[in-house]
Amino acid sequence: MRLLKLVPDNTNIGFLRWRNIAFTISTLLMIASIVLVVVRGLNFGVDFIGGQMIRATFEESQQAPIPELRDKVGSLGYGAPVIQRFGAENQISIRMKLPEGADKDPEIANTMADKITNKLKADYKDVRIDGVDSVSGKVSDELFTKGVWALLAAILGVSAYIWIRFEWQFGVGAIWALVHDVTLTMGFFAITQLEFNLSIIAALLTIIGYSLNDTIVVYDRIRENLKKFRKMDISALLDLSINETLARTIMTSLTILLPLLALVFIGPGVIFGFALAMTLGIFVGTYSSIYMASPVLIWLKVGSDSFVPAEGVADKVERTSESYGAKV
Amino acid sequence: MLEFSRARVWMLNIILLLGVVFAIPSIVPGRYLSQLSDSIPKETINLGLDLAGGSHILLEADPAELEKTRLESLEGGVRGAMRRAKPRIAIADMSRADGNISFNVTDPSQIDAARKEIEPLVANTTGGRDWDIDITDGNRITLSPSGSGTETALDQAMDTAKDVINRRINALGTLEPTIIRQGDDRIVVQVPGLTDPQALKDLIGKTAKLEFKLVDEQADPDQTAKGKARVGSQVFPMEDGSGNIAVRRLGGIAGDKLVKADPTFDQDTNQPAVTIQFDAEGGQKFTRMTQQHTGKLFAIILDGQVISAPVIREPIYGGVSQISGSFTVESANQLAIALRSGALPVDLKIVEERSVGPDLGADSIRRGALAAMIGTVLVLVIMFLTYGRFGFYSNIALIINVLMILSVMALANATLTLPGIAGFVLTVGAAVDANVLINERIREEVRRGRRVFQAIEHGYKEASRAIFDANITNVIAAVLLFLFGSGPIRGFAVVLMIGIATSVFTAVVITRMWVSRWVKRTRPQSLNV
Repeated sequence: MRLLKLVPDNTNIGFLRWRNIAFTISTLLMIASIVLVVVRGLNFGVDFIGGQMIRATFEESQQAPIPELRDKVGSLGYGAPVIQRFGAENQISIRMKLPEGADKDPEIANTMADKITNKLKADYKDVRIDGVDSVSGKVSDELFTKGVWALLAAILGVSAYIWIRFEWQFGVGAIWALVHDVTLTMGFFAITQLEFNLSIIAALLTIIGYSLNDTIVVYDRIRENLKKFRKMDISALLDLSINETLARTIMTSLTILLPLLALVFIGPGVIFGFALAMTLGIFVGTYSSIYMASPVLIWLKVGSDSFVPAEGVADKVERTSESYGAKV
Repeated sequence: MLEFSRARVWMLNIILLLGVVFAIPSIVPGRYLSQLSDSIPKETINLGLDLAGGSHILLEADPAELEKTRLESLEGGVRGAMRRAKPRIAIADMSRADGNISFNVTDPSQIDAARKEIEPLVANTTGGRDWDIDITDGNRITLSPSGSGTETALDQAMDTAKDVINRRINALGTLEPTIIRQGDDRIVVQVPGLTDPQALKDLIGKTAKLEFKLVDEQADPDQTAKGKARVGSQVFPMEDGSGNIAVRRLGGIAGDKLVKADPTFDQDTNQPAVTIQFDAEGGQKFTRMTQQHTGKLFAIILDGQVISAPVIREPIYGGVSQISGSFTVESANQLAIALRSGALPVDLKIVEERSVGPDLGADSIRRGALAAMIGTVLVLVIMFLTYGRFGFYSNIALIINVLMILSVMALANATLTLPGIAGFVLTVGAAVDANVLINERIREEVRRGRRVFQAIEHGYKEASRAIFDANITNVIAAVLLFLFGSGPIRGFAVVLMIGIATSVFTAVVITRMWVSRWVKRTRPQSLNV
């Protein structure tokens, strides 16, 4: 059987030739993302700002009557609702701020939910109420803080490990790539105004995990080549390492993209935003391993003296083990 | 590297077999499950409420309210102890402020005696004190809560509250609730399959603190209407909103001494009512109270509101009484359940509530499963097309990996939520990546002219380093997420940790065993990889 080869053998693409351009574009994109997040803001779900979310499906309709619903729910006297498509065309979510005093007396929030669902049921025969979420301001503050801490802790923790296992420059490169990935994904959410909720934090964490995995594979090859070719120019060595791992990079990205695209197109509406964020993250994460994590090593002057005096513990063990001498 | 001792092969195969067997209950549809033989384990994965539908309610206690209740009961205790002391100790100027109780002992020479009486009231079971005693100016005693006392009180109150909620929900029938404490002052209630949580909320939101107190008939009606009570009295609003009633602070009976509470109908008015029966001690007290105050009014107070204030027509013996007010059949039934299961020791407030309809949940599962299946098949196809025999081994390993994650989750009784599915995608991705790394490396070594055996050996060895580092970083991330994250993020972390362990096992160890057996048996001269 002839096997499929997505990437020809022995490619020699000069990836790092464009590193300055790539870096500039990426930095601009990051700044743009930050500006967007600050100016336009993220469309936070009730998980993070508190309030009430009612999900409904219009079973017999092609499309949910969103503008009409805005007027109807808005006329109930609880302020303007945020109504968005949620999954399929006929599925929506209605988000409301909790009314004054709901923190003291949950009954007030209950009444609001009842009024809205009753209004929907009365005016639309085919409506199906799929769920009601009600989150108090105190809990949403906690969820938000905890989410941010979890993200920060994860980024710092794994970067510290890379610093210990490789060299400090690699730790910096990894942290830089991760910040890049997270920032761009947040920018994506600011542009699309897709709902940003707890499951998106999970998506961000998955992107971090994937991007880091990718970065480590490239770094591992760089470390190996640094030991092998002590005299080689660093940018040529990085290009060699990226080219050597290219087949794997493409193949892995493809195998993880396939299930994700399946989730985006046929998966349940509840995780549409989540799956879309991850899909984007795969591209961003793969790109950042090549154009963010690697050039940092040049700028931070990783060179032929790296891994000689201060190599990681595991490398030392390896070097003394029987089979290492046979290599090269 | 390619050497596997016979014992090791056996061990690995047994682990594989167990990993697959324990997954069976989770993947076989329920209707066939009952037909399976008994030798197959029955543990299945719990689906989270976001997938299966149901209600999630987070309740938070109000510690200030608890402190107030503690202060009240301590004050009652102190007054009683002083009165019962021999000789009786006169006290004055009792005040409750800033969470402390202080009072004067009228005769300073009795201060030591007073202290001796109070000691047992403030001691706790572990030999420490719930309240600190301070004596100032020779005759003023101040009792202030000790830190550990407050903590213990909250802890006990939350434990009791959990039991009470459990009893109340069980009284509703066939639901299978999960009720767990979270942090110091919270309780999570999850009820799968219950989409409209209103009845549940009505039931657990009720503190059900029942009190019988004598009406203060000398109180000034104008003051009472304004909500002002004279010394020794308290003012409560009527439940139906028809004004206030003043009652005497002391000498009532608490409703926590009930052995029975049932919904019934009032024989005179035919309105819904609740009959209650006190235990022996409460019954005696109730009899004494009704004997001593025949012809007077007493108020039945529930959660700070007066339900009714009937006249005591005759002494009531046997400790059976009836509460009537403006009940409906349903609310009488709810009150009976709440009273039967005991009062909540602390007020609980709903701070988070989520409900997911069963249709959406079912729809999510169906479409999620379809997407997962299509995605997986595509991956399997492309892996086989790209790596041939080695891809086939990777595929089998991947399938077993998925089954093993399900097995471990079922054994650990873990719950699969939507973020958990994200964790699943990541670990499956990482597992495939491990095999891609190994297979690409083997290709590379072959290209460099290594012989079959060495190329495979080197492929596994060189790729293992990156696989190891990548998985360790994922473990670090997962542990941190578990420590810092909240509910759904933790679900993600749990799946991630399980998946990392199983994927390293299947993608690295198991495929190597298969590859090595194949190489040894056929001794290929060249590799088609």
